[in-house]
Amino acid sequence: MTTRPESTLTVNRRGFLRVTALAGGGLLLASYADPLEAIERWGTAPSLADPTLNAFVRITPDGIVTITAKNPEIGQGIKTMLPMLIAEELDVDWASVRIEQGDLDTTKFQGQSAGGSNATPSNWLPMRRVGAAGRAMLVAAAAQQWSVPASELETEKGVVHHRSTKRTATYGSLATAAAAMPTPDLATIPLKDPKQFKLIGTRQKTYDLHDIVTGKPMFGIDVMVPGMKYATFLKCPVYAGKVKTANLEAIKAMPGITHAFVVEGGTSLNGLLGGVAIVGDSWWLTQQARKKLIVTWDEGATAQQSSAGFAAKAAELSILPPQRSLRKDGDVDAALASATKVVKAEYVYPFISHAPLEPQNCTAHFKDGKCEIWAPSQTPEGGRALVASTLGIKADQITVHMIRAGGGFGRRLYNDYMVEAAWIAKESGVPVKLLWTREDDMAHDFYRPGGFHYFTGGVDASGKVVAFKDHFVSFGSGQQFAASADMGPTEFPARFVPNLAYDSSVMPLGVPTGALRAPRSNAMSFAFQGFIDELAVAAGKDPLQFRIDLLNSEIPAPAPAAGAPAAPPQQAAFDAARMRGVLEQLRDVSGWGKTTLPKGTGMGVAFYFSHRGYFAEVVKATVSKAGAVTVDKVWAVGDVGSEIINPNHAEQQVQGAAMDGIGQAFAQEITFVNGRAEQSNFNTYQLLRMRQAPPIEVHWRKTAFAPTGIGEPALPPVIPALVNAIYAATGKRVRSIPLSKVDLKWT
Amino acid sequence: MAISLKVNGAARTLNVPPDMPLLWALRDELNLKGTKYGCGIARCGACTVHIDGVATRSCSTPVSRAVGKEVTTIEGLSPDGVHAVQKAWEELDVPQCGYCQAGQIMAASALLSRTPRPTDADIDTAMNTNLCRCATYIRIKQAIHRAADIKAGTPIPASGANAGKPGSTDQR
Repeated sequence: MTTRPESTLTVNRRGFLRVTALAGGGLLLASYADPLEAIERWGTAPSLADPTLNAFVRITPDGIVTITAKNPEIGQGIKTMLPMLIAEELDVDWASVRIEQGDLDTTKFQGQSAGGSNATPSNWLPMRRVGAAGRAMLVAAAAQQWSVPASELETEKGVVHHRSTKRTATYGSLATAAAAMPTPDLATIPLKDPKQFKLIGTRQKTYDLHDIVTGKPMFGIDVMVPGMKYATFLKCPVYAGKVKTANLEAIKAMPGITHAFVVEGGTSLNGLLGGVAIVGDSWWLTQQARKKLIVTWDEGATAQQSSAGFAAKAAELSILPPQRSLRKDGDVDAALASATKVVKAEYVYPFISHAPLEPQNCTAHFKDGKCEIWAPSQTPEGGRALVASTLGIKADQITVHMIRAGGGFGRRLYNDYMVEAAWIAKESGVPVKLLWTREDDMAHDFYRPGGFHYFTGGVDASGKVVAFKDHFVSFGSGQQFAASADMGPTEFPARFVPNLAYDSSVMPLGVPTGALRAPRSNAMSFAFQGFIDELAVAAGKDPLQFRIDLLNSEIPAPAPAAGAPAAPPQQAAFDAARMRGVLEQLRDVSGWGKTTLPKGTGMGVAFYFSHRGYFAEVVKATVSKAGAVTVDKVWAVGDVGSEIINPNHAEQQVQGAAMDGIGQAFAQEITFVNGRAEQSNFNTYQLLRMRQAPPIEVHWRKTAFAPTGIGEPALPPVIPALVNAIYAATGKRVRSIPLSKVDLKWT
Repeated sequence: MAISLKVNGAARTLNVPPDMPLLWALRDELNLKGTKYGCGIARCGACTVHIDGVATRSCSTPVSRAVGKEVTTIEGLSPDGVHAVQKAWEELDVPQCGYCQAGQIMAASALLSRTPRPTDADIDTAMNTNLCRCATYIRIKQAIHRAADIKAGTPIPASGANAGKPGSTDQR
């Protein structure tokens, strides 16, 4: 769509809006980043000449409203949800809205990423303001045409009404005139009273639903480009290992193979790694050639690492003085010495893999110094930067098309497949679709790191927690934790126990690690909420009431120890009252404490605050005498603020996140031997299955806070709730996962 | 060598090795992208198609084994996506990322062909090897029951006014 060059740009204190008349008639609305917010978020303001566009709406004379979806869709429903925010305030019929997926364009859009459950809180007001501004201009156009005050006009489903004279005009008929109206101030544009919401809070379906159920090509793996070849890329199973020799000539002679070459690669686990690329006429032919590929590797310095070695080193570090203090409140040792009961326990969780069902892939075409990329990435901007620095070209020479991803879970925050595809495309001189095998995907993940917690806790005669100590043994070097292997000083119950010490020690790691859905929280929750359950037992208290009591014991604590790391953002502002409210509601909806269950069946509870969301969950589980665990039911209560924007997808996210956690707890573990992952496919790495999937009740506790995201915070509580249920059922305390490696037999 | 297949009712001739998996013949030779690659070892079900009406893992089926048989993919399950299972999937908005769903739909439609009124246990058995990493299992199960209703001519959604909200309490 071409636009007239004339457009009006109004600069306001808190945001600005550009409105352009479309050549064929109609209205184009572009909303620009709030400079103050941009300074807060990115440290610099966008220049006025190149403002950051964060939304894009087109209204054509036929009444069709087209909204660009700017964020990556990975199954979280964002392509449906962000346009709902605009459509609500614009007051259009949702059925008249068309949604187009935008490309990566940092000159137009802001925050084009999928991660951190950030999209809802960062778009809640900006997207609505765009819609409200558009509505105001359409109303202004009608007011001018009818010579009536705008205040006498109402809107409904894309029509402006003047009720007293029974006049109506469709948005489509007003769009061209609206483009000439004064542009409203985005910062002060009135927004709807939430009581008037017609779309926000209603169950809306996935925009691309029909295409999905009819098998239309829409994923990265489906991309086709004229002249395209297919690529496979074999990397060293030990991370950042290098190719010493490869039988490239024999491979090039295989049927359908057009290129075979060594990629030297670097040493950074976050960059392009070494390996052998094979390019051919079909992906299957490249796999046939790969079977004949003989490579000798320089495996490098980490080829001796193993999971057994990590565990032995953790045991060794656990009895040494900690390397570092993360937080110290009061006098833990004195409090433990005078405690009525002292509990000590070691909690261990494994490395796990993201395993999105669509293996990593990317299509790239390098020509004349420019690179065009089709990528299912959660962070296309980061991927573009990686490609630019690795290929030695400027970012503005790279086009990234954002393609729907067959699952993200944090795996596609990393762009290794993107830089590999770009490199192979450049080297081979043809458009290339790189597709990893499942085995590649499992061998070369940015794994959720394992960890070890050595807890000591003390309760007094009244059952109150008076001392809490954790020596966290993790991975890293010096003061630096490996990615997602960190722990912050605000981890609960910090600020709720007067004498508390969090310490850490790290060991070196030669395995790539990274964020997996609810990073850190997905592991910390198991350890901390499991150990808190042990303290409840020691205190002789009901586990749910014990947690409420603990949340009632908030104390102003001294500042964290000098040199301690800052709290991760998702931990920054924990509101105990909101969590208590969630727990109280959970007690009601789950019937907690109201039923007597037979031995072998139990209910467990846990709560966790992550990514601004407050979630508490009860799991009811049955353990057979042979030790097999069945999750009978899950109740989840969440407080993510005042509105559930699309309850249909919010419920899916809670159910999916809870099942994700159950799957992790049941059977998921990546182990390392000789520096490499032992698991390679779904025969040795088990995802949750239909038969294991429990009913999950989802409840919302709506509070007077701005809405926050939902992709992650429902995951963390389910794992400790499950192990606490197993304790209630059997008296067996689970301190290491996965359950498949724990003996749960009982008589 | 030339391989002659009947795919979605149409005769197709391919010049591919006979041991090429049917999955890659469909995807990269016939450009039928709806059938997905997930594991390559028949463990995830994303590649499920029908061969003579039987749900089959195309990633582990040589194309030669489909010669002389009727191959049906998600693209050919129904004209315009109106198969009862597809309708039920849309009513309940089953997918999240959507990647596994073609395989789920093909497995579910094969189940309903042989068991028109499956129990929960029948569904567990038939669908247990179709993995969904987003874990849409609650809605898959409900949608299969709903598809059975649609096939039987029951016009009212199984869960009445609550269609699309399985196992949830929506307070709005």
